[in-house]
Amino acid sequence: MTDRFNLYRFSSPATFYPLAGAMIPYFVAVSALFGIAGLWLGMLVAPTDFQQGEGYRIIFIHVPASWMSMFIYLVMAFWAAIGLAFNTRLSGMMAQALAPTGALMAFLSLWTGALWGKPMWGAWWVWDARLTSELILLFLYIGYMALTAAIDDVRRADKAGGLLLLVGVVNIPIIYFSVKWWNTLHQGSSVNLAKSSMATTMLWGMLLMAMCFWMYSIAMALMRVRTIMLERERHTDWVKKLIAGDEK
Amino acid sequence: MLTLIAAVIKRDLKLAMRRQADMVSAIFFFIIVVSLFPLGIGPEADLLRKLAPGVLWVAALLATMLSLPRLFADDHRDGTLEQLALAPHPLGLVVTGKVIAHWLVSGLPLALIAPVLGLQFDLSTEALLAVTLSILIGTPALSGIGAIGAALTLGLRGGGVLISLLVLPLYIPVLIFGAGAVDATVTGLGGEGHLSLLAALTFASIGFAPWAAAAALKIALE
Repeated sequence: MTDRFNLYRFSSPATFYPLAGAMIPYFVAVSALFGIAGLWLGMLVAPTDFQQGEGYRIIFIHVPASWMSMFIYLVMAFWAAIGLAFNTRLSGMMAQALAPTGALMAFLSLWTGALWGKPMWGAWWVWDARLTSELILLFLYIGYMALTAAIDDVRRADKAGGLLLLVGVVNIPIIYFSVKWWNTLHQGSSVNLAKSSMATTMLWGMLLMAMCFWMYSIAMALMRVRTIMLERERHTDWVKKLIAGDEK
Repeated sequence: MLTLIAAVIKRDLKLAMRRQADMVSAIFFFIIVVSLFPLGIGPEADLLRKLAPGVLWVAALLATMLSLPRLFADDHRDGTLEQLALAPHPLGLVVTGKVIAHWLVSGLPLALIAPVLGLQFDLSTEALLAVTLSILIGTPALSGIGAIGAALTLGLRGGGVLISLLVLPLYIPVLIFGAGAVDATVTGLGGEGHLSLLAALTFASIGFAPWAAAAALKIALE
């Protein structure tokens, strides 16, 4: 890295837009590679579980989706903190671009969990601490998206949304532990998700799928942030030039 | 510092007293919602006793939320809020005063009326006491957390619905420990642990939430 290269240059939409556009194909390709490898390992190579049969294989989608849903919220809160502290434009856009993907991951995690739960527990839904907190996480995503969508002034939307994200991050551990205690007090833990040991191939399949989901989320967020940038900066010269260039 | 908070409380209480209809309607909302449950579920005393803590608490959450949009909206409309924000005092303290006043107007009456409603659910004396205590201790946290939602949605269209989306997920711990305290008392486990946690939530929300709400107000006033 030469001293002339400045990373902060990319905090401007005009310079980040082409960079994001250039990065998207790589993330998509890497995501596809990890996905193919992970699915191959998970669906074909990993042994059948002696208790759960073939049905357990949905965890190769379920677990990475749950991880990403939590991780994306943290990343959004990180961008929110940066945006509020340094008053940068791009941070709020990144947080907003990540939100739908995070909500999708939370929904996927609940959905696949229900599909897994029906054959394993005999119920689509149980009020387990993890399920409940995942549901609340989905509510937090929806609240964030509803708030930012309701505010017309984009700068205010970014800041208000950012504040809500920070409040949410502080509250997530409190919510998680309260739900956990509530759960243990109300019913004996009939369901134990913790497995004593996991075959190495299963673990690898899960990690590969997690990488696939991670790269997918980055690619999606970059695509979305590009459209957000165009929409917000439509009156600026660089967007006008870009659109004029496209039309030629 | 205390004089400032006291002045804000006094002012907000005076304003609330001049508009008693707002306060009373929130209380009646609470009473009606709680009374609807037996009509929907049926009059079996055993079932009602079991449901009472949850029903009372959920109704209390909704009733406190009902008055949240008005927490800053009136002051925002007539420009008082901007003057308060420009004043040399920290805005967080002003919001603390407003939160306490909001609790006095919307939380405290619920705690006082809850034991009467508990009678409808055939609760025992200890359970009635636990209901009163838990609502008394827990509702300040609701006012505190709610202030953040009210400040974030200040002046937005559909603010009322939006507040519920933002605030209700954050209310969940209060609901769990509040209803849990009553439940634990009924089952004979003793609700002290729950009440202590509830008090911790309340102190944390009264201490920190006004500052977050003040930051949100500054964003809204920009």
